[in-house]
Amino acid sequence: MKVKEKDVQHVAALANLELTAEESMRMLQDLNAVLDHIDMLNEVDTANVAPMAFVAADITALRSDETRASLPRDEALSNAPEAGMADGRRAFFKVPKVIER
Amino acid sequence: MATATRIPPEVLARYEPVIGLEVHVQLLTASKIFCGCSTSFGAPPNSNVCPVCLGLPGALPVLNRKAVEFAALAALALGCQVRETSSFARKNYFYPDLPKGYQISQYDQPLAEHGAIEITSGEGRKKVGITRLHLEEDAGKSLHDGFAESATSTCLDLNRAGTPLAEIVSEPEISSPDEAFEYLTRLKEIILFTGVSDCNMEEGSLRCDANVSVRRKGAKEFGAKVEVKNVNSFRFIREALAYEIERQVEALESGEKVVQETRLYHAAEGKTFSMRSKEQAHDYRYFPDPDLQPLVVDAAWQAEIRKQLPELPEALRARLVAQYGITEYDAGVLSASRSLAQQFEAAARSAKNPKRVANLVQSELMGRLKARDLSIEQSPITMRGVAMSADLAEAGTISSKMLKDLYDHAFATGEDFAAVYEREKPQQLSDASAIEKVIEDVMAANPQQVEQYRAGKTTVKAFFVGQVMKATKGQANPAMVNELLDKKLAG
Repeated sequence: MKVKEKDVQHVAALANLELTAEESMRMLQDLNAVLDHIDMLNEVDTANVAPMAFVAADITALRSDETRASLPRDEALSNAPEAGMADGRRAFFKVPKVIER
Repeated sequence: MATATRIPPEVLARYEPVIGLEVHVQLLTASKIFCGCSTSFGAPPNSNVCPVCLGLPGALPVLNRKAVEFAALAALALGCQVRETSSFARKNYFYPDLPKGYQISQYDQPLAEHGAIEITSGEGRKKVGITRLHLEEDAGKSLHDGFAESATSTCLDLNRAGTPLAEIVSEPEISSPDEAFEYLTRLKEIILFTGVSDCNMEEGSLRCDANVSVRRKGAKEFGAKVEVKNVNSFRFIREALAYEIERQVEALESGEKVVQETRLYHAAEGKTFSMRSKEQAHDYRYFPDPDLQPLVVDAAWQAEIRKQLPELPEALRARLVAQYGITEYDAGVLSASRSLAQQFEAAARSAKNPKRVANLVQSELMGRLKARDLSIEQSPITMRGVAMSADLAEAGTISSKMLKDLYDHAFATGEDFAAVYEREKPQQLSDASAIEKVIEDVMAANPQQVEQYRAGKTTVKAFFVGQVMKATKGQANPAMVNELLDKKLAG
């Protein structure tokens, strides 16, 4: 399986990446190299093998519906580059104006 | 409401709308779906957050058992089959209120499938299929306005991030805005009966997106589909759909193409507007979430959940009609909520004559509520009050006229029946000798009627009852009047 330049552009757009023509070419080569490598798996005959999505043959753990202490807000916001204020305190994560892409 | 146009009905009639609805309901768990943060509404911003729901590196989700049970209960109430094995997937998209950059949802193996809701459509009934019901996490809240810096930045409150949601997807089998309204009404009613969500649209615990396309009647192919978002009441959804259908028909009639896109409804203008996002289909690149193993709800657990299934609105209404002899309309009013129906039934059961309670609700309560534009939940007279009045009437302690007066009084003052009765309690005449005295006077004044009665025309008794009540200003105990009259008239 090979990807084309337009596939790279599509994936870049989905990842919010702007690639220069040069970077785009390099990505194309890198991606195709990865895909070539993965293609080796196609040599295995999987006609009689059920599809597998999860490696561990286990079922999910469940927890009971009990609340636990959340992070103190200052701590939750401590890595935020900017915070919005409420009642004179840091209260919100602040991000550049959201514009729907 | 503003409509798109001016499209003649005969033109509209050549087209057939195809509508599918996606409804999200927040599940009433105490903690979030994948972490122990509280789900309480209205908490100070960013006070219910932790590494898991903030999407901090290395944090791992652990599924809330109750969220599974609630979603499965809703699924069973909607006639869905719950899958023994379902799985979680990542839905990838970028938006600041989605801290991980993906939403944990379910994709190819949803929790439940193949349900249906029966709705009224015109004169008839029809079933609208439910494709699937799956579990997912809610996103946080973006606050775009109201801050000094709102022109250049957006504030995020991530308290809601990670609140459990059940997404309920209908088949594209809804063919009119009215049917969409009806579907949503029935869906909400069923979910409310299960108690898994409060379905409060103002607080966002029930949200709905609509997919709508139109096609020539009889066509096999679907038209290009438009997703309508941002609609926060069932009435607005009906209006948005009506607008959108006309807009699409108009486009097709004038030879244009309908663009597949997402549109927002602006209720004030009654119109939908294109979000003008890039014209590419969503590409969410779903893949199985490696952090969560498959969810198994085996037969034993399903049976346990099924046991919690309450009597559903449809069945309840049928039973109320059969058991209390009330109309379907009144059964509908009394089943507006599970708690109201329970109150009614408790009142009916506690009363000496359950049917009388039903009759009073029907004949005395409903009309007064309607005249004042009150819902039954707002009624000053509670079900307990109705039961009390029914017992008093049954025992003959109050006449039907007094009962009506007391109801009027209760509605005028906003008090329950018991309070009004205690205060306004008619000075009832229950003194046998006094009543006998009145009866004797009445008989003396109407010798002709006494004769008629004694000659066998016993229907004249009603005349005497009326006269006695009149003489006592309606205050004589009706049961005693009856009894004493029988005795006296017999001679």
